[in-house]
Amino acid sequence: MEYSKEEMMIITASRLLHNGEVCFVGIGLPSTACNLARLTHAPDIVLIYESGTIDTKPHILPLSIGDDILAETASTVVSVPEIFNYWLQGGKVDVGFLGGAQIDKFGNINSTVIGSYKKPKVRLPGAGGAPEIASNAKRTFVIMKHNSRAFVDKVDFITSAGYLSGGDEREKLGIPGEGPQFIITDMGILRPNPETKEFELTSIHPGVSIQEVKDNTGWNLKISENLMVTEEPSFEYLEILRDLQKRTSIAHSQSQK
Amino acid sequence: MLDKFQPLSVLIQNHVNDGDQIALEGFTHLIPFEAGHEIIRQGKKDLTLIRMTPDLIYDQLIGMGLVKKVIFSWGGNPGVGSLHRLREAVEKGIPTPLEIEEHSHAAMACAYQAGASGLPFAVLRGYTGTDLAKENTEYIKWVTCPFTGEQFAAIRSIKPDVGIIHAQQADKKGNVKIWGITGVQKEVVYASKKVLVTVEEVVDELDTQNQGVVIPHWLVTGIALAPKGAHPSYAMGYYKRDNSFYKQWDEISRSQASFEEWMNAHVLSKSLKRVL
Repeated sequence: MEYSKEEMMIITASRLLHNGEVCFVGIGLPSTACNLARLTHAPDIVLIYESGTIDTKPHILPLSIGDDILAETASTVVSVPEIFNYWLQGGKVDVGFLGGAQIDKFGNINSTVIGSYKKPKVRLPGAGGAPEIASNAKRTFVIMKHNSRAFVDKVDFITSAGYLSGGDEREKLGIPGEGPQFIITDMGILRPNPETKEFELTSIHPGVSIQEVKDNTGWNLKISENLMVTEEPSFEYLEILRDLQKRTSIAHSQSQK
Repeated sequence: MLDKFQPLSVLIQNHVNDGDQIALEGFTHLIPFEAGHEIIRQGKKDLTLIRMTPDLIYDQLIGMGLVKKVIFSWGGNPGVGSLHRLREAVEKGIPTPLEIEEHSHAAMACAYQAGASGLPFAVLRGYTGTDLAKENTEYIKWVTCPFTGEQFAAIRSIKPDVGIIHAQQADKKGNVKIWGITGVQKEVVYASKKVLVTVEEVVDELDTQNQGVVIPHWLVTGIALAPKGAHPSYAMGYYKRDNSFYKQWDEISRSQASFEEWMNAHVLSKSLKRVL
């Protein structure tokens, strides 16, 4: 069955999530991957959105982190201070799932500005919940489309800390979570080197060449000695994903005047 | 009806002043759009606007040139893209330059809690290693825990001159009930010097048996009835979020000219005469 690069990326990300994990979900690609996992191999995954919806089971994807569908299908809804203080800062989140505009070789994420902070070339939406998800979730996953504008040697602005300048800097500063474990892209999977914490290509998607990945990465990307080829998406996952996206797009185009 | 209930235009006229620090809150849910529109119609200016997620209503206030500063933690159109009026004000000073005070969600939620608790600052385990903390040393500082010696980020508390929220129901005495996603509504009410509320409905008696937040009448400065007052945001139990409008806003707001045209047709031309 034919599939797109984006479908490959979302399905690969969803497969990395385990049943029963407590997952703090960012909007967009992370939300799509987490809900696909819930609709397939991880029916008991606990999805939390920063609006305070806990254990939500939306049948369509939310457009924003506080859509009514998230509240209507949640086990409980708590206040925003509670979600950040008790849940995230309190250490009750296994996986934080993030996206971003820029990411660097040490997994630091920028979602604030391109250019300088005071005189930005492009002003992006900003931090939101991301800095504390990146520091307080036990582990974080990142999902982003692979291109050299986004995958840079050094981000213009550290909105959310990865491994900072690498090695044990993150640990030394006392940041509680272990940091980013996977960057899932439309070309492959990157994982941090255990020593240097520099992200390396550990899995490549079928039909993508190593040169293509290197050309789309803004640093001299190292290739893992044990480079794997990512498993192709199954018919079942593709069908479920497409159904989900179709339902969502119909729902979001209906006016609610 | 007690005099706590007033038409929205009277509430805004009497309680919102030029130069005020104003927080219109509601985390995606129950965003007080109609109150924001009334502020626009009355042309209140030099405002400092506080809100975790500025959303379309602050894009509109900024685009109308009424805002000198925005205090926020995520300034986009969720799931759609940029808030173009906010972005153009920051990048190019169109229609007027905009000062920003920027936080993360967690920091801002804590700053409201500190304001509500009568404290000058809040503490959080976050911001370590980030550039927000490096760029904004004026309001993000570091403190040492007197018990463990660990370093934590300290955030100045938020105490708005006026806090404005939209809720589902009020009773005739002025007690207010909110349910669904309650965001930081409770915190903003407790932190603000004056509190204005718009509601979907006035009921004889609030059902306090089911879960929800009840704000007692003595904390509320004034209430106005404003059915559909949160549209295109939503009021759980009354109407759904208009995601289609959020997507359309991207096009409407892309240029200052198309934005002003829309505002003239849909906000400025409407005279608001809501009387209970």
